[in-house]
Amino acid sequence: MRRYILQRLWQGLILLVLVTTIVFFLGRLTGNPADMMLPEDATAEDREDLIQKLGLDGPLSEQFFLFIGRAVQGDLGDSIRYRQPAVDTFFSRLPNTLLMVPGAMLLAIVMAIPLGVLSALYRGSLVDRVSGAIAVLGIATPNFWLGILLIFVFSVKLGWLPSARMGGVAHYVLPTITLGTFLVAGFMRLIRSSMLEILDSEFVKLARIKGLSEATVVWKHCLRNALIPVLTLWGVFMGGLVTGAIVTETVFAWPGIGRLTYEAVIFRDYPLLEAVIIMDAVLILFINLVVDILYAYVDPRIRLAD
Amino acid sequence: MRNMPWTSLGIIAAMLFMAVFAPVLTDHSPIDQSLAKKLLPPVWEEGGSTKYLLGTDIFGRDVLTRLFYGARVSMIVTAMALLVGGGVGLLLGIVSGYVGGRVDTLLMRLVDAALAFPTILFALLLAVTMGQGLRTIVIAISLLLWARFARVVRGEVLAVKQRDFIALARVHGCSPARIMMVHVLPNVLNTFMVLLTLHVGVVIVAEASLSFLGAGVPPPTPSWGLMVAEGRGKISSAWWLSIIPGIAITLVVLAFNLFGDWLRDRLDPKLRQL
Repeated sequence: MRRYILQRLWQGLILLVLVTTIVFFLGRLTGNPADMMLPEDATAEDREDLIQKLGLDGPLSEQFFLFIGRAVQGDLGDSIRYRQPAVDTFFSRLPNTLLMVPGAMLLAIVMAIPLGVLSALYRGSLVDRVSGAIAVLGIATPNFWLGILLIFVFSVKLGWLPSARMGGVAHYVLPTITLGTFLVAGFMRLIRSSMLEILDSEFVKLARIKGLSEATVVWKHCLRNALIPVLTLWGVFMGGLVTGAIVTETVFAWPGIGRLTYEAVIFRDYPLLEAVIIMDAVLILFINLVVDILYAYVDPRIRLAD
Repeated sequence: MRNMPWTSLGIIAAMLFMAVFAPVLTDHSPIDQSLAKKLLPPVWEEGGSTKYLLGTDIFGRDVLTRLFYGARVSMIVTAMALLVGGGVGLLLGIVSGYVGGRVDTLLMRLVDAALAFPTILFALLLAVTMGQGLRTIVIAISLLLWARFARVVRGEVLAVKQRDFIALARVHGCSPARIMMVHVLPNVLNTFMVLLTLHVGVVIVAEASLSFLGAGVPPPTPSWGLMVAEGRGKISSAWWLSIIPGIAITLVVLAFNLFGDWLRDRLDPKLRQL
């Protein structure tokens, strides 16, 4: 188990170095970052000062190690727009995103598990076809537009729910649905296909022959195993979640890290964008590591195979 | 021809028609502003005009015209991104699967890394560093595609590699490069075609999302995602600005996905798991 965790940590570290390297070189190869950081009315002198200050006049390799050295100490430069360390800005926004994500995940799970299981059990039935249609539509509808559509129906037309910013419980409803549907379709399809496979397996036949009730067979024996692929594809879903958060928070003016990413793009706040990407990578790797460990704990086959 | 997804094909054909014949289908300019005619509602709403069937936007541009030209942008971006991203994925998948060994391990690790990290972040970074434009968006979306293509193609190649005609070619003295191009490539083309169709929707949504986030095709070029973004602030007074292009995106993506599913079942049912 310890070897497994160490191996995962090592892999994560390599990925992090890769991301940091790409972020660094993308910024440097396409021009001097100083030009992106300066306001439009800056003088040549201001430019020189900034280049000196950031060490941008040295050779690229020297700059790279300077950048890495600072990054390790938690210094990823200052945000131009917010005039404070970009990492601090990131952490001040993070809690708002973390407040929204659990609701969306819960919604996805609550919808996807019953629908996925039922459509596998009653293949070709009305439930299967309806949930299939939901999945197909869910995948085809771009999330940013779904959010706007929800605002139009529930805020503008019906006036039931607030359309933007944080606030009481009502403020959570639309963003949660928008972000949640991003995950539902994928979850549902996955659970359906792995349920179909498992319902056909030997141990399920045995459980039935043993005379266990259908409910026990389905919800205990099958579902547990069907959830394993969901965990396996967790990494892919994490990527989707980050993308979904950027779009959802932008639509609902939600002051989290997704909205911060959008602001960094719109205001061309390059150091902030750099920091957000690297911090996102750290966050994703950390969560993936935790999931991997849980995964090995739940399914002994994983840790024994390594 | 039975079970052909006719509705999907119809929508796809309509979109291609709109994209190709945009200048013929409309007299209006997709870019020129005329503020006197701004924010006219669609024809069926009160105050609508038959000259502007789907209304006009905040700059007085005809929404339907921008929809036509937006289809063009979507199609160009899709074709180029699939060509670049899909092509790179195809080549790397073949090399990875055929050569095997360390090359395979390294490439597949890269694929894992690319799939684990949300590529939208790199796309946004590219837009900021390289500037917005067609080139940036094609590179950004290719980054998203190549890993998915490479992984599936590699799997196919591993199976093809075991076949007798490959061994025969090798005995015959063919170079690995020739075997890959002449013997392996044609046998994974079916899979490649299915992957291409299944990813059209992915690319359209990616382009629209990037444009929505201000990192796609720069204004005033009409892109469906950009149209949704521009209409967002006016949702309470001029719903058609955001809602109509969104419907267009959803319909087209839906059509391509259903068509892709059908093609997969016809050509390569093994890919069901995708």
